Amino acid sequence: MTASQWLPLAVLASSLLPGLLIFALPEERIGLRTALNLFGAVAKLTLVGVLLVGVQAGNTYSVGYTVLPGVDLMFKADALALLFVSLSSVLWLLTTLYAIGYLEGSPHRSRFFGFFSLCVTATMGIAMAANLFTFFVFYELLTLSTYPLVVHRGSGAALRGGTIYLAYTLGGGALLLTGIVWLHSLVGQVEFTHRGVLSPLSPHYADQLRMIFLLLIAGVGVKAALVPLHGWLPNAMVAPAPVSALLHAVAVVKAGAFGIIRIVYEIYGVEFAQSLNLLLPLAVAASVTIIWGSLRALAQDDLKRRLAYSTVSQVSYITLGVALFGPVGTIGGLVHLVHQGIMKITLFFCAGNYAETLGTHKVSEMNGAGRRMPATTLAFSIAALGMIGAPLTAGAVSKAWLSDGAQALGLEWVGWVLLASSLLNAAYFLPILYRVWLKPAPARWPQEHSAAQGWRETTWLLLLPPLLTAAATLAAGIYADSEFSPLAWAQLIARREYLTPVP
Amino acid sequence: MNDPVYDVAPWLVLLPLAWAGLAFVWGPGRGARLALAGTALQLLLTLRLAAELLSLGGRRHAVGGWGAPLGIDLAVDGLSMTMLLLTQAVAFAVFIYARAYFTDRSADGDGHGARNHFWPLAGFLLAAMNALYLSADLFNLYVTLELLGLAAVGLVAAGGNAAQVSAALRYLLVSLLASGAYLLGVALIYGSYGTVALSALPLMSADAPLAVALAAALMGVALLLKTALFPFHFWLPPAHGGAPAPVSALLSALVVKATFYLFLRLGLGLFAPLGETIAWLPGLLGSAAIFWGSWQALRAQRLKMLVAYSTVAQLGYLFLIFPLLAPDGLALQAGVMQALSHGLAKAAMFMTAGVFLQVSGRDAVADLAGVAGRLPVTLFAFGLAGVTLMGLPPSGGFLAKWLLIDAALAQGRWGWAAVVIAGGLLTALYVFRVVRQAFASTEARPPLAPVPRTLEWTAFALAAASVLLGLRGMEVLHLLDVGAAS
Amino acid sequence: MSSGLVYAVVGVLLFVLGAAGMLLLPHLLRKILAFNLLGSGAFLILVGLAQRDGGVDPVPHAMVLTGIVVAVAATALALALLRRLHALSGRTQLADESADE
Repeated sequence: MTASQWLPLAVLASSLLPGLLIFALPEERIGLRTALNLFGAVAKLTLVGVLLVGVQAGNTYSVGYTVLPGVDLMFKADALALLFVSLSSVLWLLTTLYAIGYLEGSPHRSRFFGFFSLCVTATMGIAMAANLFTFFVFYELLTLSTYPLVVHRGSGAALRGGTIYLAYTLGGGALLLTGIVWLHSLVGQVEFTHRGVLSPLSPHYADQLRMIFLLLIAGVGVKAALVPLHGWLPNAMVAPAPVSALLHAVAVVKAGAFGIIRIVYEIYGVEFAQSLNLLLPLAVAASVTIIWGSLRALAQDDLKRRLAYSTVSQVSYITLGVALFGPVGTIGGLVHLVHQGIMKITLFFCAGNYAETLGTHKVSEMNGAGRRMPATTLAFSIAALGMIGAPLTAGAVSKAWLSDGAQALGLEWVGWVLLASSLLNAAYFLPILYRVWLKPAPARWPQEHSAAQGWRETTWLLLLPPLLTAAATLAAGIYADSEFSPLAWAQLIARREYLTPVP
Repeated sequence: MNDPVYDVAPWLVLLPLAWAGLAFVWGPGRGARLALAGTALQLLLTLRLAAELLSLGGRRHAVGGWGAPLGIDLAVDGLSMTMLLLTQAVAFAVFIYARAYFTDRSADGDGHGARNHFWPLAGFLLAAMNALYLSADLFNLYVTLELLGLAAVGLVAAGGNAAQVSAALRYLLVSLLASGAYLLGVALIYGSYGTVALSALPLMSADAPLAVALAAALMGVALLLKTALFPFHFWLPPAHGGAPAPVSALLSALVVKATFYLFLRLGLGLFAPLGETIAWLPGLLGSAAIFWGSWQALRAQRLKMLVAYSTVAQLGYLFLIFPLLAPDGLALQAGVMQALSHGLAKAAMFMTAGVFLQVSGRDAVADLAGVAGRLPVTLFAFGLAGVTLMGLPPSGGFLAKWLLIDAALAQGRWGWAAVVIAGGLLTALYVFRVVRQAFASTEARPPLAPVPRTLEWTAFALAAASVLLGLRGMEVLHLLDVGAAS
Repeated sequence: MSSGLVYAVVGVLLFVLGAAGMLLLPHLLRKILAFNLLGSGAFLILVGLAQRDGGVDPVPHAMVLTGIVVAVAATALALALLRRLHALSGRTQLADESADE
């Protein structure tokens, strides 16, 4: 087996094996469990680093295994896969640190970290899947391995949230499977290929292909939380903070968005999808989601639910970018996949810190939290400003590319959607910032866990991850033009997708 | 290898008969060890036979050198080989489990009777099943069907309490009625064609005598009755849900598959031309079974009843293949894959139910809160078996579902594909009804009796095998492709 | 009407009678007797149809002998179970139990 074959497998194994070992560990082996977790995360980062350099140089990494005649389990680490893989593996390391601090002393930690690693493995599989069959295998694995994390606390609300989560995601999976098998029976196995594989098909099949597109997009749209398929996301917020942070802000919803990218660009091909008139409806669905999510976020007092609706809205920026026919919009969507991830995970880390340290879960309880927890609040503010699209942040970069992409197409209404969304983002984030920094703190907090004051407000394990991701939010904005920035990588992908010089 | 003494096929019948007899004489202690050794040997022999089959093609063996029509022929092809493999593999795991399960202090009250009678009856059961898969003529199949029924009824009744005896009697009467109908069918076939050898019988033609059509109807209904296809399923839940866990595992995983195999064999061979006119009927009944069984599983109060109704539903999938049988072979592959993965998963599921029962002394689904979460291995086993039943990747059940949907869509038969998809979602409802109990935080922490780890790990091994089968689809399909010996 | 056909027709009558008895009679002993009637019917048909051509065909006789052995064994098991059920619960009929108690 050559290096180009085992590297993708090793990326999977670096979270799968530690996960399986962790299941077998007794609860009290904290040290060994931590070591396994960190070893896996660091090993994965190293492997991803090697892959990044290789793909940059033009190498291909793929490996396959035949499951049924004409059906292969196949992995391919291409530029697009690595965009998602690197995002997830960096954030996995940070979230692991965070989770170790967050879950200190709570029960069922072996179970938690075991499933957590399985989720990451599933995410890697989704990212590196080379065909729809493989994509589906890991898509369902992600559903299954997330369920125990959603219901981790075991309360009535958690079980209810878990059931809703399953109802949506398994239903979506069923639609996706139908679409995939239908496509399979039409054209056999299709690999993800730049600029699509379906365009040579006779126009006779156009209607079937439209139906299949609808099924596939509805299937992945559940995880991407496209309105009206988003209902599970706010309910899944009953999960512990690290789960909400990594899985529901990054892995799960991004898996959906990533699926949309693969289907539009590498199954249908963006030109072909445009010729079937599929992109405009998709853009409309994304725009509706963007506005609807923001409107709902305004009405939430529970901080995590507000963030969840914000996710609903923000993930659809990616879909919108995909649906904007042309390289500029594509780059906007792709880069937002990364940017939204680092910003939203910061916000969830901070929400977890407020809840753990002060016991505040609601926006209305957060008055004066800034002076009580300055470091956390600083990180929160940077990420929130990034979400609004303030200059010098990652958010500004994605929004600029998206609206340029819309302009290039002459779609004026998309520009208005983006502007409206930014205003709504400001409307639900700025009041929080006003409360935490400028309002006086209450006499006592709902449930204060530690009396430490000033900058050492909580343990470093809870503090370090949000500060790092907040710094990354700034760095991705300020150094967007450097060689290995998310933007540069998105440009690389767009170049390979369109085979044209891109801006 | 040409020496008949070294031919594997007859030993697959003789071995279980031999150890069953000895186990009856020796009692459960030494008997169990002997049974395990015997089954391990059978498993090895089956593997060897499979290897022979792959390299040399289908096999035929004339018992005692007599040959048909007066003697008995044994024949193996790909289809029967896959079933033989499933039978020995599941039986071996269940026997390891059963040896640890039937201890002197069984919590569910079916200790002594079941412990004493399990091994001889299980041996006869295995001999009957192996003989059924190896049989090459209709009458011999009748005898094996009867032996299988008698052994299975004995196992259901072995616990000896009133509910079990009652369920066993119901099962016996159904089984006898069905065998009678089957026998009449055989008589009509013999009257029409003068032979009962499967290889010598012609395909039923359009101008076949009325007696043959009547025989098809009688034998079809008989086998559906024995396979418990909706609406003939009424006898199954009390029998499978009421028996001790290892017995339920054998019955649900293997015994109903044997009669399904025979239905399939006749549907592919002798009665294949009937398919064009009537194949929708088993498909329709199968769909009804999926919905009715899943609905009952959702409502069941007791875990073992839930699992038993799940069998009713899952058997439905097996019959969905009949309207879709086509030269591309997809539907047949789907059916065999479903039979194999359901066999492994359902045995595992009944075994986990047995663990929960032994640990807590209770069988209600609602009582699992506070129990299941403390037995992670068993919970995992249940979950993995559930993954197979739901048809989620990468399990064998998923491959079966994929092939079945593929077969349906390739022929543009949307309705059947929709049934498969909907059935998977219904399965998820009842599987997660159990799984969520394990995650519920509850004040109730009932005392748990210690159980041997063997119980937990054998269930886990079978469940894991049912999932991993999804990665070995090619091997199964290769084996299935082996045709019969001429 | 040849003697073989007579046997076959009587066999069909017995079989139908037996099947009806197994389905309709509530008492378990009657059900078991009905099963024996049904079995005898099937055997008669087997023998009857097989000797249509005049000569004696040994194969159906071998089959019927085997079948009788099986039927006797099945009857014995059914009777044993019935006695056991009677001893445990005093019942001689299958209760109309709802499947899930």
